[in-house]
Amino acid sequence: MATEILMPALSPTMEEGTLAKWLVKEGDRVKSGQIIAEIETDKATMEFEAVDEGIIGKLLVAEDTANVKVNTPIAVMVEEGESVSAASSSAVGGASVAPAPVAAAPVAVVAAAPVAAPVAVVSKASPDWAPGTPMKTMTVREALREAMAEEMRANPNVFLMGEEVGEYQGAYKISQGLLDEFGPKRVIDTPITEIGFTGIAVGAAWGGLNPIVEFMTFNFAMQAIDHIINSAAKTLYMSGGQMPCPIVFRGANGAAARVAAQHSQDFAAWYAAIPGLKLVMPYSASDAKGLLKQAIRDPNPVVFLENEILYGQSFEVPDLPDFTIPFGKARVWREGSDVTIVSFGIGMRYALEAADLLAKDGISAEVIDLRTLRPIDYDTVLASVQKTNRCVTVEEGFPVGSIGDHMASTIMQRAFDYLDAPVVTCTGKDVPMPYAANLEKLALVTTAEVVAAVKSVCYR
Amino acid sequence: MAARKAPEKSNVSKDELLKYYREMLLIRRFEEKAGQLYGMGLIGGFCHLYIGQEAVVVGLEACTKPGDKRLTSYRDHGHMLACGMSANGVMAELTGREGGYSKGKGGSMHMFSKEKHFYGGHGIVGAQVPLGAGLAMSDWYKGNDNVTFTYFGDGAANQGQIYETYNMAELWKLPVIFVIENNGYAMGTSMKRSTKSTTFYGRGAAYGIEGEQVDGMDVLAVKAAGEKAVAHCRAGKGPYILEMMTYRYRGHSMSDPAKYRTREEVEKIKQEKDCIEHVRDLLTHGGLASEEELKAIDKEIKEIVNASAEFAKESPEPALSELWTDIYA
Repeated sequence: MATEILMPALSPTMEEGTLAKWLVKEGDRVKSGQIIAEIETDKATMEFEAVDEGIIGKLLVAEDTANVKVNTPIAVMVEEGESVSAASSSAVGGASVAPAPVAAAPVAVVAAAPVAAPVAVVSKASPDWAPGTPMKTMTVREALREAMAEEMRANPNVFLMGEEVGEYQGAYKISQGLLDEFGPKRVIDTPITEIGFTGIAVGAAWGGLNPIVEFMTFNFAMQAIDHIINSAAKTLYMSGGQMPCPIVFRGANGAAARVAAQHSQDFAAWYAAIPGLKLVMPYSASDAKGLLKQAIRDPNPVVFLENEILYGQSFEVPDLPDFTIPFGKARVWREGSDVTIVSFGIGMRYALEAADLLAKDGISAEVIDLRTLRPIDYDTVLASVQKTNRCVTVEEGFPVGSIGDHMASTIMQRAFDYLDAPVVTCTGKDVPMPYAANLEKLALVTTAEVVAAVKSVCYR
Repeated sequence: MAARKAPEKSNVSKDELLKYYREMLLIRRFEEKAGQLYGMGLIGGFCHLYIGQEAVVVGLEACTKPGDKRLTSYRDHGHMLACGMSANGVMAELTGREGGYSKGKGGSMHMFSKEKHFYGGHGIVGAQVPLGAGLAMSDWYKGNDNVTFTYFGDGAANQGQIYETYNMAELWKLPVIFVIENNGYAMGTSMKRSTKSTTFYGRGAAYGIEGEQVDGMDVLAVKAAGEKAVAHCRAGKGPYILEMMTYRYRGHSMSDPAKYRTREEVEKIKQEKDCIEHVRDLLTHGGLASEEELKAIDKEIKEIVNASAEFAKESPEPALSELWTDIYA
């Protein structure tokens, strides 16, 4: 039966091209794979091969014809004994033009459309433990260690790998004692090869294990970010739901002290931008414990950003055998009526200090710790802003594309009519971190800046 | 035109040769059809065909047992067909339809089958290598004797993460076979223009990993080398490197003008080294199979491929609601 040869698409973007030259003439017998024409695209001149064998019955487009649309019939191929005229009529009559995929109808990209009219939002924030629960004091470091140890006891497929996690007992002593309890198969010292061991850990998660990858600091995870994003976060989607990746990437994030630009970056906004990841950034020891246990149990890749300066800080932690905190639930640290201060991670230190100082000036600040940045508990923030009508955000990261920027735009879209002042974002400065002590102090966000921002939105 | 050398007599059974013939032919005909559908605009984006390299994956799949894993780069259609994934599901993914292995959300470069232990389909050159070692780590951790086949090309073989992985794989004795499909070209850059030391299998020596170079156009040589590598891994001796010398007949992708090599070079390989013709010769010259028998197989394969194309055209595009699914487990 006669078949049409169609103008091919020779690149992902090609819509038309020039049929530069025919290398066959009517009546020629061609073999599969034989070059029959040269076609010029916007990028290059390409050779075009016959797919099937047969005889060139008719050339429908002359050589040197420009702007030939993709899928236009350019020749008709016939079989032995078939006449050309019969061929062209049967080909034209019988040709089924391939249905082009139908362009997707526009769909709403944002789950909730911007709400112009005031809509009251109810906060989901609730206490993480029942009143009367016995408490114990521990550092963030101890809380993280307890969380890992408890989950490793509960699930034999949970293991820890990273630089110096075993015999050295952890560069920041987070994994102290774990090698002794769990042995070298479950507490694995890696060479200093972040992209390699991160890729291996992601593969192990696909293979049914639950790895915890410790980055000595998240600055080094930049070497491995391809596996965190392209391999871990996107594969469930690319596989149509077949390949979950239950893995935790954890370690110190943000500025420590006097370690300069390459060791002092807050990556919260980077990872918060990625669908498929979950992102946790705890401030207190109870959150560190409850959220890390939750992260290890989560079937998705979780980035867990810690802070070196907070490791040694002590907090009250509920003394419960199995304490977890769900993701997407902010914590209201302090109730207030004049302004909402939204922060997370070490930013909470400045937010809480500022709230104390502001109270002395008669300004009542509500302080909210987001705790998880993907998912984000928007409702708790919006409910608070609807009450206070003012908002200031606090974080240590760079200003452009910050979490504060995102929160400000969300508040503008969903609570515009409640605002009595623009949302002000307090961030680190738009500079690489300097080494000099005085300059470093200037580069970081400060309590004084938070106080000043609150006073500005309160017009005080 | 150079004539094919007369085949040596093989002591391989007719059934085994026919199996290789059938499997390699399925990949070739499938890829030709994919190229055709690309030309018709039914397949979009990037589409990297495996034509010419079929013996590598068919020979190695013959060494596997249930539970073994495999993953590769974006030139992945052949690997999927060879491990038993359905032509319909692969072709429908190429056309971005609901019936595809990833429901149309992955495309040519990103397909997976948990059932067949096929772990992708990876678009970042070299990234699949530590991922493959990690899959092997999961078997090492569980203490079984499964093996992971980690395929990558000569282009990927210059990526740094391969050597980080070699180091850890040998250090921890992970059961992973690194299969370098050396087709001579990293996209359009020939090996001699990109690579100082061109014996890729030998690079494992720096990490204590054994390796060897294999004629990747000869499915029987591939099978023999694969058996050796698999035995090494299953015995707990750690990783093994197989450098398969092969050749891709088509461009890097569909939009490759192929100006970096001569038509003669391609023709010479097709005439002298073609992996399918090789097995065909063994069957016919050895008197093991008649032309009629082989023609019947050709016809059967053509029907499978045509049916897959029909399925891939008729399968509906994914529902618009699919945009928002499979982001979180």
